[in-house]
Amino acid sequence: MVAIKRVVDYAVKIRVKPDKTGVETTKVKMSMNPFCEIALEEALRMKEAGLASEVVAVSMGPPKCVDTLRTGLAMGADRGIHVDVLGALQPLSVAKLLKALVDSEKPGLLILGKQAIDDDCNQTGQLVAGLLSWPQGTLLPSTDLRLNQPRYATLPNILKAKSKVIKKCTPEELNVPIKSDLETVQVTEPPHRKAGVILSSVDELV
Amino acid sequence: MLPFLSRSSRKSRIRFPLQPNPTPFTNSTTSPSHRPQIIPLPTSCPPVNRLFSSGYFRSPHHKANGFLRILGFVGSLRNLSSEPDRESINYDLVIVGAGPAGLSAAIRFKQLCREKGVDLSVCVVEKGAEVGAHILSGNVFEPRALDELLPNWKEDEAPIDVPVSSDKFLLLTKNHAFSLPSPFDNEGNYVISLSQLVRWLGSKAEELGVEIFPGFAASEVLYDSSHKVIGIGTNDMGLSKNGSRKDNFQRGVELKGRVNLLAEGCRGSLSEKIMRKYKLREKGQGQHQTYALGIKEVWEIDADKHKPGSVLHTLGWPLDHKTYGGSFLYHMKDRQVAVGLVVALNYHNPFMNPYEEFQKLKHHPAIKRLLEGGTVLQYGARTLNEGGFQSIPYPVFPGGAVIGCSAGFLNVPKIKGSHTAMKSGMLAAESAFGVLHDNLNMDTYWDSLRNSWIWKELYSARNYRPAFEYGLFPGLALSALEHYLLKGRPPLTLKHGKPDYEATKEARLCSEIEYPKPDGVLSFDVPTSLYRSNTNHDHDQPAHLCLRDPTIPELENLPKYAGPESRYCPARVYEYVPDEKGQLKLQINAQNCLHCKACDIKDPKQNIEWTVPEGGGGPGYSIM
Repeated sequence: MVAIKRVVDYAVKIRVKPDKTGVETTKVKMSMNPFCEIALEEALRMKEAGLASEVVAVSMGPPKCVDTLRTGLAMGADRGIHVDVLGALQPLSVAKLLKALVDSEKPGLLILGKQAIDDDCNQTGQLVAGLLSWPQGTLLPSTDLRLNQPRYATLPNILKAKSKVIKKCTPEELNVPIKSDLETVQVTEPPHRKAGVILSSVDELV
Repeated sequence: MLPFLSRSSRKSRIRFPLQPNPTPFTNSTTSPSHRPQIIPLPTSCPPVNRLFSSGYFRSPHHKANGFLRILGFVGSLRNLSSEPDRESINYDLVIVGAGPAGLSAAIRFKQLCREKGVDLSVCVVEKGAEVGAHILSGNVFEPRALDELLPNWKEDEAPIDVPVSSDKFLLLTKNHAFSLPSPFDNEGNYVISLSQLVRWLGSKAEELGVEIFPGFAASEVLYDSSHKVIGIGTNDMGLSKNGSRKDNFQRGVELKGRVNLLAEGCRGSLSEKIMRKYKLREKGQGQHQTYALGIKEVWEIDADKHKPGSVLHTLGWPLDHKTYGGSFLYHMKDRQVAVGLVVALNYHNPFMNPYEEFQKLKHHPAIKRLLEGGTVLQYGARTLNEGGFQSIPYPVFPGGAVIGCSAGFLNVPKIKGSHTAMKSGMLAAESAFGVLHDNLNMDTYWDSLRNSWIWKELYSARNYRPAFEYGLFPGLALSALEHYLLKGRPPLTLKHGKPDYEATKEARLCSEIEYPKPDGVLSFDVPTSLYRSNTNHDHDQPAHLCLRDPTIPELENLPKYAGPESRYCPARVYEYVPDEKGQLKLQINAQNCLHCKACDIKDPKQNIEWTVPEGGGGPGYSIM
């Protein structure tokens, strides 16, 4: 089972929303988190090497996540699971949802990307391992950028992916209450770099 | 079409690192004036394909000694694009380009299928990572074609909700602005983001069952033995800079259409090839196409300065009276304004830098007072057609047609091309449906074009742009004459001047232009602007900008024209940098490319050929 996250594309210039409640995500290109792509690629290679029989991709979030799941299916995952959640998801909630899915699907291995490029938390892997009481390897299965080069989704595979199954479920069905333990007070851009001051001698500095 | 290699003969070949550059020198369209040469240099396309010109090693069963067999194999590397290991998917209608024309054609076609109760398959292949990612336009939108295509667009929540509220026209000098009577009639028109509208059109197309494939670049045209177009091939993905296959190499795919429509936008790479091959310009209205380069930014400005629907156009400064062009400033919603400068590419002075002219423009008092205190959200650039009626090519070729700006239906005095592009797509779809359902001929597209409002509109607008060949003020005078006295019915048709690339004068005859440094508040340097275009290409891929003769930049462009490509490219792709010996050499930063096609148009010796890079790269416009 591989968890994939839909995030703002890495090449897009990020900007803070005018009301400072977060980062602008409407009218902005979204893609699969690069670390998740690598995780999925690794899973697919394991399946091709005969170490795994099935690769299931999981994503949580609004209905648009299905697009990201379809990309995962086009890369080669066998089926997908979409947990329909509106609103922000903290790593702990994600971990709890993953635990519930692992309990019901019983995969042999759970692979997650090291961190998501939108919140850069690097927490979900460790949290899930803790909840499941599974051993966790932090570089593999939590993957970083040098592990592999993810494959492209080819046109024929994209067409085949359309007929692959994506199961939808909700946190209620999985018996996981979503609550936010963190409150975002304000989001601002980093302060502009102030110009440096050129000093003529060390004495001025002291 | 050259014959395939038989499987047995392939096994005995030495496996070269495959360099299947699918364009420009495949079996399809090598024109005699562009014979490849054997000069391998890093800035040019992989040399292997250039070694052997058409046809000498045609037969795969050519019985030759080992050396010649290797050469034969290498020569037939050009055939790789037609090798049987490439998957092939069949559609009834294949459309290249998910822009206004391509999507309108797809939607219209599916509507006809529904009306007649038939199920024909349509696919649209798009080089941008998403639908709308490569769409850039002013844009004051005339909904005439959309009203015909999707009459319920308002209820369907099309992103068209800012009607034009005011229309100003200024003649600028360095410090002043003179109000002129507005020649435009924008009643009933809207200020929109075309990228957003195209995304909406894409969703409408998908609802009707059109399959859209963003992230796939159509890089070659496929022909059958009678030179009829039978489809397109997409780029191989995962090739490294030197042409070898990377870990994630994926062979391109063939999309075979019973009818194929090319909707690549202005100066489409496949469209240009097809028009040359079938001599479509000569068969049409006869004149060459002329172009302009549009550079645009979307700003978020102070709420008290923002008036949704406000439309402003300017002429004059910073351009001189010999250079055609002007600026626009349109107020959208959400405090956003679109501001840009359009410069005709037949300018004379090779020292002219359209990007820097645009930065200058923003400092003019009339523009500055609106932008001050605001922030730039996105930046981009694209060329547009200015040839109008005189440059319309015959758009039909065996196996399909050219639609939208690839053919060229922009109405220059109105500065609008989206509505005519959409209408041309709709008409082509109707003809395509006639071909597939009623066994008619695609030529009906040419007939329906000439009977449509596109033709009437472009005919009455035909002299406005050519009049400016005589200069800014004669042009204005002639335009006023046409508009107010002759009321769009002039007795003759003016011709265009020289093609844009021939209009550049030699550097020694022109004076250098000193451009002010950017202030970082209103004006910016190219890297900062590029960042705002969200453009990116995988660094490790073959360069998509090809030099037909790699010695020309140092032998011609630099000494004669002072390297104009280093100035007109709005993405700083071309730079002359000193090498170890201190000699200036052309460096191509292909990764920066905005896919505007200015280089393909303006290079004085037509030495630069823009070919399509790996799909999914290029700019990421969302509100342009």
